[in-house]
Amino acid sequence: MEREVKNGVVKSQNCIAPDVYHMVIEEKTVAKSAKVGQFINIYPKQKHILLPRPISISEIDESSITIVYSVVGQGTAEFATYNAGDEIKISTALGSGFVPQDVKTHILVGGGIGVPPLVELAKQVSGEKIAVLGFRDEPFLKERLEELGVKVFVATDSGNFGFKGNVVELIKSENIVGDYYYSCGPKPMLKALSEHCEQINKPLQVSLEERMGCGYGACVGCVCKIKTEETISRKKVCKDGPVFLSSEVVW
Amino acid sequence: MIDLSVNIAGVTLNNPITTASGTFSAHDSSTFYDLNELGAMITKGVANVPWEGNETPRIAETYGGMINAVGLQNAGIDSFIKDELPFINKFDTKVIVNVAGRTIEDYCEVAEKLNDTNVDLLEINVSCPNVKKGGIGFGTDPKLAAQVTKEVKKVCKKPIIVKLTPNVTDITEIAKAVEAEGADAISLINTLLGMKIDVHRRKPVLANVMGGFSGPAIKPVAVRMVYQVRRAVNVPIIGLGGIMTGEDVVEFILAGADAVSIGTAVFANPTAPVDIKNELINYMEKYNFKDLKSLRDSFNM
Repeated sequence: MEREVKNGVVKSQNCIAPDVYHMVIEEKTVAKSAKVGQFINIYPKQKHILLPRPISISEIDESSITIVYSVVGQGTAEFATYNAGDEIKISTALGSGFVPQDVKTHILVGGGIGVPPLVELAKQVSGEKIAVLGFRDEPFLKERLEELGVKVFVATDSGNFGFKGNVVELIKSENIVGDYYYSCGPKPMLKALSEHCEQINKPLQVSLEERMGCGYGACVGCVCKIKTEETISRKKVCKDGPVFLSSEVVW
Repeated sequence: MIDLSVNIAGVTLNNPITTASGTFSAHDSSTFYDLNELGAMITKGVANVPWEGNETPRIAETYGGMINAVGLQNAGIDSFIKDELPFINKFDTKVIVNVAGRTIEDYCEVAEKLNDTNVDLLEINVSCPNVKKGGIGFGTDPKLAAQVTKEVKKVCKKPIIVKLTPNVTDITEIAKAVEAEGADAISLINTLLGMKIDVHRRKPVLANVMGGFSGPAIKPVAVRMVYQVRRAVNVPIIGLGGIMTGEDVVEFILAGADAVSIGTAVFANPTAPVDIKNELINYMEKYNFKDLKSLRDSFNM
């Protein structure tokens, strides 16, 4: 079948910031299926939890994938209890991811738990790479991005680390400019960045988030409004997205 | 050899497993399992014109269940016939189209347009809790439910299943009313009207405030209603509501269902219809049942 649900094995799991976990999962079919910017469904083991948790793929390797997720509810709280060697039920990769562009300077903009998919993106684009990351209080994945040759700027809401403010303010204050922009993060951040990119006339791909049911297009739970020619239609974030051109999104 | 075949209003299904409307999309579901394994595919609700559906969030999770308020977003019957049906017809599985409407004329228009297509049965949805007009409004009033059935039967060349809502005082009254006007089969139950409040934001989780509650938590209500309706009407019954396993299917069959639909289970396990079918076969082998009728008739009251 084109898609499958597999039993992967947790290779490692570490807490890298408060409530933020980094997990490497060994599962060859899933790793082979994965493309940058896609997500997997993780199926909780507790029987009373019916819905899978869609989690973005942070890194793709030969026979494993890396995810970085935040504990926000009972499903992700369960995942945080998994230890190396434990089984984890995951789908093959879902959704349409980022489309890496062939340009000189790439700007990767991430907010909070939207930062993880930018790591694989940084691996897959060539040229100059600049990341502008926003966090509430404590940054994560900054060093990993730097290892990949990315110049990283950090903003925090608290001002505890780096620039005090949001990523768009940081981009403006440091006068960060590139040829192509990619972003994942909370909707207000994506919207503000979209407005900025429109002003400076630069293309931007955004990865959207919406509450999902099935995660593969069947239930039509997770729609967003997308401009197509003359009309506005409701597209599925899980299948048609999560990545869209920001110029198509009705914010 | 176990015979899983079942006859619904003159249409023979290879097995009693169908897909509950709203949780199935031929294109997407077929990426996980072979649709030829199904007894029948029941499509998402199709209306006479495209429907936008509700605002998001449309999905809320609950203990042992979920609440949805998709609002029957669909591309309309013309698009369905042109873009979806050719793919659905590639499979050697019976096709049941779920029909949605805001007025009786809406239902009739869709039914008429399906007359000359390769569709086996229509499932008339008079029970969706998520649309402001039509839907559940027809399904909670025996007179209106009967009237929809009567008018659709006049224009429809195919047998019809009427899908009932559990959000009524006496479901047998509605079942009898639609049977009297020519419903060829009945499916039940649609979702229960539910609501969830986010206590941290102190507001409803769903943009629509209320939605349809489904999943294993509602199964006892569904089994009870299938049992009641079986004793009130003679037409075949497709039972659904919270089926997660083969043994759940057995429970519905013992209560009087002829076939079943698998819905919310596919969220927890995308291949649930096939897995559940295999579990049903295992059960029948274990207890030495040759066909579904002998299983149903074995019910000890």
